[in-house]
Amino acid sequence: MDTIHACFKEKIGEVLLPGDVFSFSFPESGDGTIKTEKIICGPGLRRNGEEVKVCKSGILRHKQPNMYWIDSQQRRYVPAKGESVIGIVTTKAGDVFKVDVGGSEQASLSYLAFEGATKRNRPNVQVGDLVYGQFTIANKDMEPELVCIDSCGRANGMGVFGADGLLFKVSLGLVRRLLAPQSEIVKDLEKIFPFELVVGMNGRVWVKAKTVQQTLIVTNLLETCENMTSQQRQTLFKKVAAGFF
Amino acid sequence: MRDTPLSNCEKRFLLKAIEEKKRLDGRETYDYRNIKISFGTDYGCCIVELGKTRVLCQVSCELVPPKDSRPTEGIMFFNLELSPMASPAFEPNRQSELSVTLNRQLERCLRNSKCIDTESLCVISGEKVWQIRVDVHVLNHDGNLMDAASIAAISALSHFRRPDVTIQGRDVTVFSPEERDPIPLSIYHMPICVSFAFFLEGSYLLVDPCEREERVKDGLLMIAMNKHREICSIQSSGGIMLLKDQVLRCSKIASVKVSEITELINKALENDRKIRKEGGKFGFAESMPKQRITTLKRDKAPVEMTDVEETASDIVNTTETTTEPVPSPVLVGMGTAQVGEGIVNSWGLDEEEEEDDEPQTEDTKTDEVMVISDSEEEEVVILNEVQKSKKTSKQK
Repeated sequence: MDTIHACFKEKIGEVLLPGDVFSFSFPESGDGTIKTEKIICGPGLRRNGEEVKVCKSGILRHKQPNMYWIDSQQRRYVPAKGESVIGIVTTKAGDVFKVDVGGSEQASLSYLAFEGATKRNRPNVQVGDLVYGQFTIANKDMEPELVCIDSCGRANGMGVFGADGLLFKVSLGLVRRLLAPQSEIVKDLEKIFPFELVVGMNGRVWVKAKTVQQTLIVTNLLETCENMTSQQRQTLFKKVAAGFF
Repeated sequence: MRDTPLSNCEKRFLLKAIEEKKRLDGRETYDYRNIKISFGTDYGCCIVELGKTRVLCQVSCELVPPKDSRPTEGIMFFNLELSPMASPAFEPNRQSELSVTLNRQLERCLRNSKCIDTESLCVISGEKVWQIRVDVHVLNHDGNLMDAASIAAISALSHFRRPDVTIQGRDVTVFSPEERDPIPLSIYHMPICVSFAFFLEGSYLLVDPCEREERVKDGLLMIAMNKHREICSIQSSGGIMLLKDQVLRCSKIASVKVSEITELINKALENDRKIRKEGGKFGFAESMPKQRITTLKRDKAPVEMTDVEETASDIVNTTETTTEPVPSPVLVGMGTAQVGEGIVNSWGLDEEEEEDDEPQTEDTKTDEVMVISDSEEEEVVILNEVQKSKKTSKQK
């Protein structure tokens, strides 16, 4: 029975607005058996009893075999558990750092949530430093909590940033594209010149290249390739690479 | 809501870039961002976009009794509002220091310079005069609000038309715009504010700072001038010491910028006048570009490339050997290699412990357990792998 899939299929790639509803009518089958289909509703879709309601404006996307979600452009970040973000330390209070992650509340980061930290051995973090960490608690009822350590106790790339580099903000859609496993944007950028890149799921990106000029070039390229098709992006990158050498 | 704090690395980067005479968006030291002036359907409504900073100004008028001390002069009233949609740092209904400064500077720039002929606003001396009210709303804050506000205010005042009046004895007849064409205000000159931001104790200056540059500045110098090179007001804030020749240099730069901006305003006014005369469509609906939900309009971001070519070719011509960007890996044991030295331990351990660890990593035999980390809990055992470990240049 593909009624559900069919309902969605005609709207894939179309713009939907909050309030749009998908309701499914199940025809009575003669022998009384009901086939169950599993549909995964991603961000922007919410199940309401027998119907699926759209709660964000954007384009409906589909991934085989049964995942549907709304692709929306947004810049405002909402903390979610398990996501890795770049935060700015705002205050030190007792045993805990307060970190701004771009959400409505500041997240708290304990002193002990760094690799190799003990009560005597405090991490070297000042107010205004950047940290890369993961959320352990992030829901609408509590203050979010960050840690810079994974479940085994290793840093795994998280922690305080070194000096230098530039931090800037992009939309969440671009960040997801950069973090995709075979990201074309990153591959194209790698070919121009070497640089360090940290991407936080809250829309913050940190870049460091050898000179100030190169850092600025990478920053501007990332900010502009948000609204470009891949063709335009590749021609732009080729122009930059040619001008550089 | 609180504003995003500025991190230390951004501050350091901005100051380093300013020392190298580079700005975030590739402008030169004395360059303004793109200025776009558009007028609405009503007379006296103007939106100014200075890069991403957007400011809306509306001029309106009303017949009121004059002030007792000046019975033959009209009244000008200025109001600048920092709307919360401009920045998360702006809260509604709260007089912040910034809003007081901007209000005061706008008043000084436009009222004290006597750019509007207030005597012509008098209808009946001692009884009725026109009160011109200028409301400036900040719609988006991306730095340099004062310049945008002054451009918007003076453009809106030049665009505004007040209703025509006739006086018969003690009777005043105010004609609506349909009955008689409204009259423009009489403006003597156009004072425009130019802002200079100083960094690193006054040694570097930037014209038209954007929001991030404003956050790391030491001090600000605002010069209001008109195109006849008359200074209407100067204000220096931030408490930095400026030398006389610095101030003179700034005033020279300001005069150049002001003449450019005045020309831009006049061109915009002329365009609007032409369109209205020809009966074409005017107003914001025409001048704002159509925006669709599936696309995002974005201005072309110029990527600064000219410098790069010259410096790159210079470097290529002067140097003979190419430098290796990444040091080649050093085989430490079978199956492991070390690239680079690693950063210094910043955990503040005792120095004795560090020295003990160093000789251990040097003499290793291929079959023994290698101690790579200082942790007592870990023992790293190397499996028999043939491939060398290569580090890519992309690190987390």
